[in-house]
Amino acid sequence: MTAAVAGGGIVSPPGPASEEVFEAGLEIKARSQWAYARRRFLRHRLAVGSLVVITLIFLAGAFAGQVAPYRYDQLDLTNLYHAPTTTAHHFFGTDELGRDYFSRVIYGIRTSETVGLFVAALSTVIGVLIGALAGYYGGWIDNVLMRLTDLVLTLPALAILLTFSALYGSGNKWRIAIILALFFWTGLARIVRGVFLSLREKEYVEAAKAAGAGDLRIMLRHMLPNSIGPIVVNATLTVGQAILVEAALAFLGLGIQPPTPALGALVFDGQDNPQAWWLTIFPGLTVVLIVLCVNFVGDGLRDALDPTQRRIRA
Amino acid sequence: MLVFIVRRLLYSIPVLLATSFLIFTAVSLSGDPAARLKANPRYSPALIKQIEHKYKLDKPIVERYWFWLKDVTTNKLGVSLNTNQPIWPDIKRVMGHTAQLIVTSSIIAILIGVFVGVYSAIRQYSIFDYTATSLSFLGFAMPTFWLALLLQILFVNIYLKWDVRIFYTSGLNNPDEGTFSLDRIQHLGLPVATLVIIDFALYSRFMRASMLEVINSDYVRTARAKGLPERRVVTHHVVRNALIPLVTVIALNVGGLLGGAIVTESVFSLDGMGFYFRGKLQQLDLYAVMAWLLVTSVIIILANLLADIVYGYLDPRIRYS
Repeated sequence: MTAAVAGGGIVSPPGPASEEVFEAGLEIKARSQWAYARRRFLRHRLAVGSLVVITLIFLAGAFAGQVAPYRYDQLDLTNLYHAPTTTAHHFFGTDELGRDYFSRVIYGIRTSETVGLFVAALSTVIGVLIGALAGYYGGWIDNVLMRLTDLVLTLPALAILLTFSALYGSGNKWRIAIILALFFWTGLARIVRGVFLSLREKEYVEAAKAAGAGDLRIMLRHMLPNSIGPIVVNATLTVGQAILVEAALAFLGLGIQPPTPALGALVFDGQDNPQAWWLTIFPGLTVVLIVLCVNFVGDGLRDALDPTQRRIRA
Repeated sequence: MLVFIVRRLLYSIPVLLATSFLIFTAVSLSGDPAARLKANPRYSPALIKQIEHKYKLDKPIVERYWFWLKDVTTNKLGVSLNTNQPIWPDIKRVMGHTAQLIVTSSIIAILIGVFVGVYSAIRQYSIFDYTATSLSFLGFAMPTFWLALLLQILFVNIYLKWDVRIFYTSGLNNPDEGTFSLDRIQHLGLPVATLVIIDFALYSRFMRASMLEVINSDYVRTARAKGLPERRVVTHHVVRNALIPLVTVIALNVGGLLGGAIVTESVFSLDGMGFYFRGKLQQLDLYAVMAWLLVTSVIIILANLLADIVYGYLDPRIRYS
């Protein structure tokens, strides 16, 4: 008691510290966890660069109507198989009907990003739901849900996706996206289950329980925010994976069907024309660039949001 | 150990049953398996009725599944309803071709991947390491079909320009050439190269991470402290232990390899499992599709089982109680 009274005059009063104190380095500016994460992410130059590139690509896709010099199905019968050139804006050349490939690729990006983002969102919801229920309740619920996850994981993935999109996809991008999402949640469900299993034993969860919080409140207010790191990282990487798989389905002719432009289908058009190399190179290169950038962003996010996790890449 | 294997085998049975039921319901509920026959004017309605009755197509789904399961297991995968041909001879033929493709490419990819991963780890942050890392990141982002197509276009253009035939760009072999001939190597070269490049990324990354984990462990420090030459530390203490988890990765990649085979064989028109599957899917030959999915599911489940057993054998820390 005496110490507190004696020290009262020296210790600065509680409340926001003055600027001089910060400058003197006496006190550290309070930062939220998000601020720390943002700083860590911004230090990751490759990830920031990738984020810029991927944002530009996705914006170009989203505003395809404004960005593309032509419509994706606009014919130009005077310019068949035109090699890439800057005249008349045929940056990526033209195909057998004289359609501008640069425009077709941009419209293809729009399809790919729609599918990628939708699959990531839906599969994340499913994965979090299943993982959270399994990890929080344990017991037979955990058993049933995890056996289901194992079952989906033992299926030959690409073959099953091909089967479903051939039989139920009917070439529609939304249907294909839903089918992909139904098989993309397994990894996340396992991760979330693991995190919830360990969080369940934490003191603050026990405290919340003692204070009378319901299961739903504990899961949403206490456990979910603490597992947001791996969820965000996983969702980001899923965007890239979904775009890759969607492209493969379209390439094999069992995914999104023409007239909807899809990057995989554009690559397929190039197979019959090995002389017109640009028909193959550009759409494929676009897929590589998108997936590469998404993976780098995911990597940066992993470092930023989950500092405990050892970085895998150098 | 034996008890573990038996129990693990027994556990695979319900998994397989559930998988097959899932496959059957999903595929056979998608449409009428007899649609092709109905469109054919040579089949009278009475005959179709008879066929439908024979395949229990007029019965509820569970009964149909049970009939299919019995048919598939006792009659060697049964008969295609579209072509009225037995399915097994086709699957047997294409399985051999795909095995040749997958085994060759896996061996090469594992050898290169292990070597690169080991060297990257012991020379961490060197130029070699950065190059290998960049290449494998490219490999992760590269669509298999695009890589296959690039190789195909490259070699088609080489042939057209200089009239030299290094690798063939489609098909499995010329007539009258055997399974192990120069001609077959020329045909398999590009598909194998495609799968090697894609899988190399996975194996080298994993091997590098696994090596780094072992290199920092206590017993490696002990080995160094007692004066073993660095070379011996790496070969005897680090690499051997870092290889163990690779077994699981290889086994879990069997599904991915089959997916890669579907794409690669489609590009190179190779008469393998993937090419067959895609063809049957486009013809909507539902019974052949289901048989194919069943066979691959069995292969994947067996691969996982084998990985578990080998892993337990290699890593004595795992005890099967």
